[in-house]
Amino acid sequence: MSTLTEERTEDVVPVRPPAPARSLLRGWGSWASVAWFLVPALVLFLVFVLAPIVVAVWTGFFKWGGVGPMDDFVGFENYARLFGDPVFLGDLGRGLYLIVLSITVQLPFALFTAVLLNQRLRGRAVYRMLFFAPYILSEVVTAVLFTMIFLPGDGMADHLVGALGLDGLKGTWLADPSTVMPTLFVVMVWKYFGFHMMLYLAGLQSIPAEIIEAATIDGAGAWQRFRYVTLPLLGPTIRISVFLSIIGSIQLFDLVWVMTAGGPNHSSETMAISMFQFGFKRYQVGYASAISVVMFMISLVFSLFYQRHVLRRDLSGAVTSGGDR
Amino acid sequence: MNARRTARGLSLHAVVWLIGAFVVVPLVYAVISGFKSTGELTSNPFGLPEHWRTGNYTGILGDGMFWRQIANSAGMAIGTTCCTVAASAMAAFVLARYAFRGRELFYTLFTIGLMFPFAVAVLPLFLLLRTFDLLDNPLGVILPQAAFGLPMTIIILRGFFRTIPAEVEEAAVVDGCGKLRFFWKILLPMARPALGTVSVLAIVASWNNFFLPLLVFNDPTWQTIPVGVQQFQGQYSTDYARVLAYIVLAMVPALAFYAVAERQLIGGLTAGATKG
Repeated sequence: MSTLTEERTEDVVPVRPPAPARSLLRGWGSWASVAWFLVPALVLFLVFVLAPIVVAVWTGFFKWGGVGPMDDFVGFENYARLFGDPVFLGDLGRGLYLIVLSITVQLPFALFTAVLLNQRLRGRAVYRMLFFAPYILSEVVTAVLFTMIFLPGDGMADHLVGALGLDGLKGTWLADPSTVMPTLFVVMVWKYFGFHMMLYLAGLQSIPAEIIEAATIDGAGAWQRFRYVTLPLLGPTIRISVFLSIIGSIQLFDLVWVMTAGGPNHSSETMAISMFQFGFKRYQVGYASAISVVMFMISLVFSLFYQRHVLRRDLSGAVTSGGDR
Repeated sequence: MNARRTARGLSLHAVVWLIGAFVVVPLVYAVISGFKSTGELTSNPFGLPEHWRTGNYTGILGDGMFWRQIANSAGMAIGTTCCTVAASAMAAFVLARYAFRGRELFYTLFTIGLMFPFAVAVLPLFLLLRTFDLLDNPLGVILPQAAFGLPMTIIILRGFFRTIPAEVEEAAVVDGCGKLRFFWKILLPMARPALGTVSVLAIVASWNNFFLPLLVFNDPTWQTIPVGVQQFQGQYSTDYARVLAYIVLAMVPALAFYAVAERQLIGGLTAGATKG
C-alpha cells in the first residue's frame, strides 16, 4: 500500500537527499486548501445523509402528522407502540425469513453458478453477462414483469405449471398470504443472484491455480478440492456477500411496494413498507420516524457487530492469502 | 475417458441452460407478449403471436410522455453523476494525498455512510426537501442521490489515487505545478479508468432509483422511468400486453448501457463491495 505523499515545495533542492517527511500542511493556507477540497462532499453528506438520521431520531419522540408545529412530545411512546404492533413484529419476522432464505438458498445457488461458470465452458462470457443482466434492470421493471407473470389464472406461471401437468400448483401466488413471501423470494433470487455470482467469480479468479493443482496432486477429488480449498479461500468474499444480502433484505422496498404494496393483509410488509405506509399514507410521521430509527439501529448494530467479529478475520489475514486483493 | 468427458460437458451445459432459462424466459416472454393483444396473450400465452402486432410498442414510442420520462431519467442520472464524481474526486484527493490531522476521521465518517440504508433516511429527507422547497425540483432528487453515492465513490477513488506514485507528484511540483493544477491536469486524467467506473455506478444507481423520485415529484412532467412504469401499470392494469411492452421499452436503455459499460460496472461493483 502506498503511503501518503509529502509535498515537497520549492524549497526542495534536487541535490539534497529527500527532505524528511513533512506534512503538506503548514499554517492556515494549507488548511484552507484542504477545506476547499473537502467542503462540497462534506456539506452534501452532512445535509442529505447524516442530518436526516438525526431528524428521524428527534421526530421519533413526537406524535406528529407531518404538518404544523411538532409540539406533542411523547418520549418513547412510539417505540413502545412499535413493539406491541403485530404488523411491525411481523415485519421483523419477514425480514428474518428473507435473510435466512437468502443465505441458505440464494447465495449457495449463486456460488454454484459461479463455480460452474469458472470452468472451461463454451460461451461462458455470454452466460456471465446474461445472468448478471437482471441486476441492471430497475426494481420497478422487475416487479411489474413478475406481477404479470404471477397473475392468477392469466399469468405465465399458472400457464407454465398447467402445461407441465402440475395443475395442483396453480395458485394465487402474490394474492395469497401463505404464498406471497416465497413468490417474492423467487423474484429476489432472479434479480440478485447474478450480483453475488459476480462477486464469487471475482473471488474464484483470485485463487491461485497452483493451490488447486497441488490439492489435485495430493489426491483430492473435485468435491474435496471445493470443500477444503476453494471454500475456505473464498471465505472473505462469502462474508461480504452475506453482509450485503442481509443489509439488502432489511431495507427491501421497491420490489415489494410495486408487486404487493405489503399485501394481502400485511402479509408481505417489510419495515420500509410500514414506514412508508405510516409516513406518507396515514400521516403518522412520528410513528413512521420511529420505524426508521429502529431500522437504522438494526442496520447499525448489525454492521458494527459484523465488521468487528466477522470481517475482522479478513482484515487480519487469518484466512485470506489467496490473490492480491 | 473421452466419452466421459463429453458426457460431463453435456451435463454441464444442460445445467447452465437450465439456469439460463430461469433468467431469460421472463424477459423473452415480455418481449414476445408485447407483440400480442391482451386477448391473444391470455388464450395463447407461450406461442409466437399469430400476427406480430407492433401497435403496443409504436403506441408507446409515439407518446411524448415516454420520451419525457427517458429524458428526465437521463438528465437526473447525468446531474447526479457529475455532482457525485466531482465532490468525491476532490474529497478523495485530499483524503488520499494530504497528511492532515483528522484525515482518517473524515474518511471514516464517509465510510459510515455505507451502513445507512437509504430507506431509513427517506422520510426525514422528504421533510428536509420540503423545508428547502426542493419538492418538484430535480435538485431534490439529484443532491440526495449524489450524497448517498459519496461513500462508495470516495472509497474507490481514494484507493485509486493512492496507487499513483509519489514521483509523479514530485515531478509535477518540481516543474512548478500547484496543487490545483496537479489535481486537474495530472491526477484526474491519470484516474480516467477509475472515474469511468464510478460514473457508471452512479448512472445505474440514479437511473433505477424509484423511492426518491416517487416522493419528490408530484408533477408528472418530472416523472422518471421507474415511476412512469409504475404509473403506467396502474393506468392500464388490465391491458397486460401493453404494460409488458412498456417495461420492455423501459429496459432497453438500461440493457444497452450495460452492454457498453459492462466491464466498468462489474469491476466497480466487485471492487466496491470488497473494499466496503
